[in-house]
Parts: sequence; structure tokens; C-alpha cells
Amino acid sequence: MAPTAHVYLVDNLDTDRIIPGKYTKTLDLSTLAAHVLEDIDPKFSGEVQPGDFLVAGNNFGCGSSREQAALALKAAGIAVVIAKSFARIFYRNAINIGLPVMEVDHNIQPGDSISVNLESGLVINYTKHETYHAAPLPPQMMNILREGGLVNYLLKYGDYV
Amino acid sequence: MKQTIAEKIISRHAGKSVKAGDVVIVRVDGVMATDATAPFAIKALRKMGGKRLWDSTRVSLVIDHASPAPNETVANLHKMMRDFALEMGCRLYDVGEGICHQVMVENGHVRPGDLFLGADSHSTTYGAINAFGIGVGSTDLAAAMLTGKTWLKVPKTIQIVLQGELRRGVTVKDVMLFLINKIGAEGAHYQAVEFTGETVRSLSLASRMVLANLSAEMGAKASLVDPSGLELWYPFEPVYPDPEAEYVRKLTFDVSSLRPQIAKPHSPENIVPIDEVLGTKIHYAFIGSCTNARLEDLHAAARVLNGKKIASDVRLIIAPASKNVLNEALQDGTIQILSAAGATFITSGCGPCVGSHLGIPGDGEVVISSANRNFRGRMGNPKAFVYLASPAVVAASALAGEIAEPD
Repeated sequence: MAPTAHVYLVDNLDTDRIIPGKYTKTLDLSTLAAHVLEDIDPKFSGEVQPGDFLVAGNNFGCGSSREQAALALKAAGIAVVIAKSFARIFYRNAINIGLPVMEVDHNIQPGDSISVNLESGLVINYTKHETYHAAPLPPQMMNILREGGLVNYLLKYGDYV
Repeated sequence: MKQTIAEKIISRHAGKSVKAGDVVIVRVDGVMATDATAPFAIKALRKMGGKRLWDSTRVSLVIDHASPAPNETVANLHKMMRDFALEMGCRLYDVGEGICHQVMVENGHVRPGDLFLGADSHSTTYGAINAFGIGVGSTDLAAAMLTGKTWLKVPKTIQIVLQGELRRGVTVKDVMLFLINKIGAEGAHYQAVEFTGETVRSLSLASRMVLANLSAEMGAKASLVDPSGLELWYPFEPVYPDPEAEYVRKLTFDVSSLRPQIAKPHSPENIVPIDEVLGTKIHYAFIGSCTNARLEDLHAAARVLNGKKIASDVRLIIAPASKNVLNEALQDGTIQILSAAGATFITSGCGPCVGSHLGIPGDGEVVISSANRNFRGRMGNPKAFVYLASPAVVAASALAGEIAEPD
């Protein structure tokens, strides 16, 4: 089955709504996954399948610096987050933990069927017959993502290079 | 080359002259993580193979987000931090010492001209003392603990000039709520903000911290307050921008006619003048957070509440910004005034602002808070309604049982 795009077009979707503060004081990723996005869509954690996409509006992940927001989405199975723009800290956190993020000026609506090519940065919307190009990552971030995150990057290089 | 404060501080830490847009590796002067971010940072550091810290004297851990521990899971995360601090020889501020940003500034762990990394989004606060403070997540923080470095893109800077004297009863909190609305939650996206102008130069350290702190709600990467008039208890060399420095925007505001401002549920950019919400029934008033829980904030509340009693159907909860603030407020009689008026004091720390343990509002309850965020569910209950205001307005509202303006 093709991956589902979970679409939340609201702007400024903050990290408190991605994973409320009351659930963040844990190292258990399954707890994070169980409560991800519950304040805006209580059904999400039950419906999301590994490999699905999350699609959002502007300034996704604003607010608290909690890395648990990116971890919760990744643990829930989200393969890539597509947003019109990302808040700075969330964007870094996602790359650092190896959760791909694509900044795309898109027109995706709930129910649209899409495919994503991380390498080329291309998103295809089959429903609307549209294609969108992601803004390229800065080279420093590309290097970190290529290694699967900052932990692996530092294991390999031992320092910033 | 003519540089902004951000460009100057980053240049010094990159070992070369930089300009906005450059991507550079910089050394950091210090790092800090809290009980909300340190556990994952410790885990990441271990996975990076980290056996020791780059410089344990420059690493601080602070237990402030769920402090004291509300349950055994959190208790064990706190224990993990204590064990780590002991093993690595870094600093640990335990239960009750205060909110991370207050503790870093009070103890001089971050100083003018520094480039400081905090695993907390309100690390912009350090701009109050002329430092480049940036918020990061746990893995970035772990990498900095290990290497003493991070990478960053040199931000463009928005210059905000504030002119005019604030009216009685109006504070920098009101100025910032007004500006967040004007500039927007994303208005300073990836950019730094510099505050200058006659209004700024006469501000106390505490008020400067409010400016820098709330810049995070505009999406700012860092916030740098003009060091003119900044008074610290140790000598320092201020970093000024060059007169010809390049700004992405220059905005000037006359704040002399500003009214107290309120953020309505559920966004800090949902701002109205107080006049539009006067009389809104409240159940719960909170004075605390890294935004507004310093001595001058407690003084502002005490001036409103001196000799009076809060409304019988309202609870007023206060979490002083640090143990130092608490002790000073005890010595000068402020705590006694507030307590006699009916306030309840809880542990210095983030407290109800983050909804992690204490002071969670009930369904349908209305809160007025001196904190920084009123996102839905922020205080622990998505069915509550949170309004943000200055400490004086919070105190006046606690007295009246409804949103009210101080006399």
C-alpha cells in the first residue's frame, strides 16, 4: 500500500502540540509515539503507518526546543515531514536525529496522493498533477543527514569538519 | 566590513570575519541543558562515544522543568543528570535553584560577548547581557558538550528601535506582546533581532531579559539588546554594532501611548489591548517562568496586592525565577505581602508554564499568566484557556477575579 500523507495545514504548529510537555520527560520512544499530535488529532497515533508522510503549513515545529517532537514523529513511523517552512530548532533537531524534512511550497490537501524523492528533493502530487521542489539543505546539514544524523556523523569524523 | 552585534560575536568565535549568510563552525563559551533536554543529550553523547566533556567547567545542567520530580520516571531522569554531573565533573543546579536562564545569568556562566548554547528555546534571553544565545535540541547540545563547537548560519538582523517613555502600569512585557503581534510568530524566522533606542537604554537587567526572552516568540534565532546602560556586577567590554551595519529591516516604534497588552488563547501572537478583554472571568493566576518571575516582577505584583486579598474564587500561584530571587523577596518583605494577599508559592523553576507537573488548569478554566506561551495544551490541559499578560496585570486580575488593569 502506498504511504499515506497526513495533512495538517495549520501554520505555526508548535512542538507543544506535536508532543505535549507532560509526555516529554521520558527516554521511552514508544511513549512519545503514543501521544504524538494527540491534542490536534487524537486518532493520528493509531492510524499512522511506518513510511507515511506528514504534511504541514508554515513555521512547523515552532516553540519549545524539545527534540522529543522530532523523535516522536520518527518513532511513530513518519518517513519525511513536508512543510511550507520550518521553525529553526525543529529543522536542526530533525536532521540531527535522521528524520528527513523537506521545505516545499506545496498545495497538498488532505486526501491527496503524493510521492517523495529525498535524493532529488521532488514531491509529486498525483491528485493535483503538480510537482514541488524542496529547498536544498545547506551542505553542513546534507553531510549530517547523509550519515543518518549527528551521532553517526561525530562517530565517523570525531569533530565538525 | 561593518557588522551587526551577531556578526561581531560570531566572527570572534569562528576565527574569521563573517557576514550574514555564511555557514561557519564556531567554538562555544558554554552550554546548558535542563531536565527536559539533558536526558536525551546524555544519551546522544554516550552514543557519540563521549567519555568526557570538552570542558566540564563550561557545562551546566539545571533541574527546573519538572522540579521537584512529580513521579518515579522523572525522578530517575533527575538522578541520571546528577550521576552524569558527578561522573563528568560538570555543574548541576538541583531542585529549587531556579530557572535555567536566570541561573546562568545570575551566576555569570554566560557573559557579554559570549556565544552560548542552551538546550531550551528561550536561550535568546542571553542577549539581554550582550551575549549571542541560541536554543538547540538535545543532539546539537551533546555534540557541543563533546567538541566545544557547533555549526551555524550567520543570521541577518532586524533592528528594532524603541522610543518614548512607557506609561505607568505598562511594562516591556506589553511592548513585546505588541511587537510579537506586529512582527508575527515567524516574523524573525532564522534572523537575529537587535533592540536599541532611548526606551531600551534605560531598562533594568530584568526588563532587558524580557525583551530578549520573548524574541523567541517571533521565531528569532538570537536577540541582542543594546548594551548601553547595561549594569552588571562585574566588569565587561560591551559589543556594539557598527553604525553602518547592514540590517534586513529597521523598525521604529513609539511606545509612549501603548496600553497593557494581552495574548488571548491559543497563540502568543493573538494580541489585543487589555481594553478588549477587561472583565473576562478568570479562575487561576500564575506569576512565573523565564519571562516574568524576577524581583521587579514580584515587586510589581506586590504593589498591586499590598494590604489586599485576592478574589475568593481565584488561586494565585507564584514560582520565583530562582532561589536568589526568592531570598531577596523574602528579605525585602515582598513574599510576606504576596502571601498575606493569598498567593501560593511553589518551587523556583518553570512550574506551570510547561504543564509538566504542578498547577495544571481544569477543563474550561481560564488562566492569566505572566509566562511566554499559551499554545493549546501548553499548561497541561488542551481544554483550558490561557491569557498572557504582565505580572502587574496578572496580580490585578487575581484581585478582581477577572481580567483587570492595575490602578
